[in-house]
Amino acid sequence: MSTFRTEILLCTGTGCKMTGADEVKAVLESEIKRHGLEREIRIVETGCNGFCAQGPLAVVQPEGIFYQKLRPEDIPFLVEEHFLKGRPVEKFFYKEQADAETIPVMSDIPFYSRQKLIVLKNRGVIDPERIDEYIARDGYEGAGKALLEMTPEEIVGEIKKSGLRGRGGGGFPTGLKWEFARKSEGEIKYVLCNADEGDPGAFMDRSVLEADPHAVLEGMIIAAKAVGAHQGYIYCRAEYPLALKRLDIAIRQARGYGLLGENILGSGFDFDLDVYRGAGAFVCGEETALMHSIEGKRGMPRPRPPFPAHQGLWKKPTVLNNVETYANVPQIIIKGGDWYAGIGTETSKGTKVFALTGDVYNIGLVEVPMGTTLREIIYDIGGGIPGKRKFKAVQLGGPSGGCVPESRLDTPVDYESIAKVGAIMGSGGMIVMNERTCMVDMARFFMDFIQDESCGKCTPCREGTKRMLEILEKITRGKGEPGDIEALEKLCAFVSDAALCGLGKTGPNPVLSTLRYFRDEYNAHIHEKRCPAKRCPELLKFEVNTELCRKCGICFKNCPMGAIRWQKKQPAYIDKSICIKCMSCIMSCPFDAID
Amino acid sequence: MPKLTIDDLKKLKEKSKKATALRDGETTVKVTVHMGTCGIAAGAREVMDALLEELSESGRDDIRVVNSGCMGMCSSEPNVTVEIVGKEPVVYQHMDQNKMRQVFRRHVLHGEVQSDFALARMP
Repeated sequence: MSTFRTEILLCTGTGCKMTGADEVKAVLESEIKRHGLEREIRIVETGCNGFCAQGPLAVVQPEGIFYQKLRPEDIPFLVEEHFLKGRPVEKFFYKEQADAETIPVMSDIPFYSRQKLIVLKNRGVIDPERIDEYIARDGYEGAGKALLEMTPEEIVGEIKKSGLRGRGGGGFPTGLKWEFARKSEGEIKYVLCNADEGDPGAFMDRSVLEADPHAVLEGMIIAAKAVGAHQGYIYCRAEYPLALKRLDIAIRQARGYGLLGENILGSGFDFDLDVYRGAGAFVCGEETALMHSIEGKRGMPRPRPPFPAHQGLWKKPTVLNNVETYANVPQIIIKGGDWYAGIGTETSKGTKVFALTGDVYNIGLVEVPMGTTLREIIYDIGGGIPGKRKFKAVQLGGPSGGCVPESRLDTPVDYESIAKVGAIMGSGGMIVMNERTCMVDMARFFMDFIQDESCGKCTPCREGTKRMLEILEKITRGKGEPGDIEALEKLCAFVSDAALCGLGKTGPNPVLSTLRYFRDEYNAHIHEKRCPAKRCPELLKFEVNTELCRKCGICFKNCPMGAIRWQKKQPAYIDKSICIKCMSCIMSCPFDAID
Repeated sequence: MPKLTIDDLKKLKEKSKKATALRDGETTVKVTVHMGTCGIAAGAREVMDALLEELSESGRDDIRVVNSGCMGMCSSEPNVTVEIVGKEPVVYQHMDQNKMRQVFRRHVLHGEVQSDFALARMP
């Protein structure tokens, strides 16, 4: 075994790959070779490090130096300075704000230092394509303990004691779910993993699978022992090619070590699993639709009961949990339910992973203990709202969730508190919006999504979401009439009461929560024909407010039609006969001077 | 027979832990090779090679080797600093491969400062 003095942990999650991590790696390799450092320095490809907005990222160990936004052309300089001559390069360090001081060491950056990692403990630290690195960090120890030292009852007991609840969004107690399936009669049972993450803006499960796939496999092995299943499936959408690739590698390596297959670790227990690639329908994240899809049928839900614990996949008792739920399990088994229950709030234990995105300075993946307030996540970890804009609302739980306004920002994240303010914990999508977001338009966006993804099986969802979308489109186009809000409310109540599955039942939530907190914005659209956030083109005048205009000419430069007349020291003027209302001027004006 | 027993798993863990110790393992000794242009010209690369060879042979996973820039004493390069946790750092001067091997085996592994090669104790 050769010893390296330095390891470069290069993030090759999907986010960093998109911004060029593969090119960076190629140049790193060739430069390291050119300087003859290949026996001293090792490049380790890790999964998502979490700080996606700053990618491509690299962390240099043992010093823990954090480099961000690396470009291939920077690498020769970096290799010569840092890896050859030992001088870390400040210009690639992280800065909290544009004018703030740089922070060289990863653990000092507030984005990282304020998180608590359980599910993501291996993110950015191990190479997810090497099972040995997972094993080095207690990997498969939980499975070993569960298979060799514990009875199924003890495993269920430990999970119940931990207070772990379903991280897919529903929040059903995991231990209870396992107990139902365990007590269910039947020779054949199944363990399923829901990796059909479909909420717009959510990427928690993908990142877990990309960064630490073995944690999910291990969680499923433990679940299998608890309920008495010998076959499992991971249902993952084909839109996640990297997650699928790393899952395949992980499963192959686990089989190679006999951690999947017959007589695992000499315990006499057999379990194997396969990956089922979903086609990316939102409704297939619903448990009964997901099972239909694996059975080869069209992905449509069915009424419950019977619940999957009694009649699930191929009518056999089935346990279905989300990626993040399973990733918690090995550590609960190793450290005990009491340890886990010591973290979090009265009703919600442990941590929750959020995909923090939208109008926030630090975009990325964050894991915090339950009970952390939304304000702490957005301002302390997220670094607040960029560009001198004001916070308006944060959307939680995607199309099934709702938004939380400024006045409710001190709400702690736990299942009950979030529900009380009109949103849901959901799977962990957290979209921050600034004052330039139109809440009616946002509700329209989500309704458009739900309407598009509605499977069409039940009438309330198929027709109700369509009608709601029509009303919302009418309002955003300036054709809203008195009575529209009331009609929306009626439809919302009807659809959530009568729809067959969770998709329809929760589909009206974005409308309900925006009506609850931003009703005046609906009224402004309908009665005053005005969009306060300046996002609905049909309600804008496209006129320059000469009092606010600072004559900078940015709108002139951004107009693709040449519809703006401007000269130095003169306010701009928009020729409406040429203007196509593309919004370029409004989006680019730094002074909000265009109405 | 299972492919892997629980004891195999434990052995595998110990082995892999050593291989990934740079990331979060415990550090008890830090050896810094000063690698400014002056250091490299005076032979710091060869010193580093010898150091890494010794480190591999020792099998220890709690020793960190880092490089850093010039210390400002270019005439005494190659310089190497050895810091054992809880003790004062010692700077060695005019290092070569043989001296490096001796410093590693005596000082790094056994704590015996090789005063003959030492420049100074860092304040």
